[in-house]
Amino acid sequence: MRSTPPHQALVAIDGALSLIAVLLIVQMWLLSATLESFLGGHYAVVVPAAAVSFVLCAVCVVLSAFVRNAGRQDR
Amino acid sequence: MTRKKPDGSEPLWRDEFSVRAEDERLVTRRQFAKFLTLTSVAMAAGNLWIVVRAWLRKAPEYPRVTVASIGEVPIGGVKLFNYPTPNDPCLLVRTDEQTHVAYSQVCTHLSCAVFFNGESERLECPCHRGSFSVADGSVIAGPPPRRLSRVVLERRGSELVAVRMEV
Repeated sequence: MRSTPPHQALVAIDGALSLIAVLLIVQMWLLSATLESFLGGHYAVVVPAAAVSFVLCAVCVVLSAFVRNAGRQDR
Repeated sequence: MTRKKPDGSEPLWRDEFSVRAEDERLVTRRQFAKFLTLTSVAMAAGNLWIVVRAWLRKAPEYPRVTVASIGEVPIGGVKLFNYPTPNDPCLLVRTDEQTHVAYSQVCTHLSCAVFFNGESERLECPCHRGSFSVADGSVIAGPPPRRLSRVVLERRGSELVAVRMEV
């Protein structure tokens, strides 16, 4: 029978999920603020905002990989 | 709640129903992480789309429009006009003998019409008490996120001509 994951692993996974959720909220705000500036005719923030958004996305991908690997290792 | 058989073995449905609660909890976390990550990718793609739209945009063409003659507006006075289209309200302010400034009248907060307050020498928005500097249109107070768009003026003889907008 498969063993249940240790409590510490679950805490780490939940922490990673929480961090992903927070980063996603920041990305949503960033997208809406960038769109507002773009529609207002201000283009200077477009490229930096996209760069930050991609960095946040990369962090989310890394954390998601951590969650996947942690789940497998605990089996 | 699952009851075990008297001999301690698991019931038949447990053997045939392969989903286990502890595994289901882990799968749900992984699926949730995958969902959040795909949403994050979508957000980044949205930002990339804005970058592409910004790169592909055409440079706006502004007409040359005579706004006023030099002595038409008194010092501290205001003249309303529309630029660059008839649907874009702007205001011209004469701040001293030699200086005329012109800005879009649309507040950058929620698009209310700003007015010139001669006492405070600010452009003020009555809706949410936003105020802008009359010197450069920058935000002095209130919720507006950006400065007012400025109308670039050129003096041609005795006339003031609007040539372009600076957003």
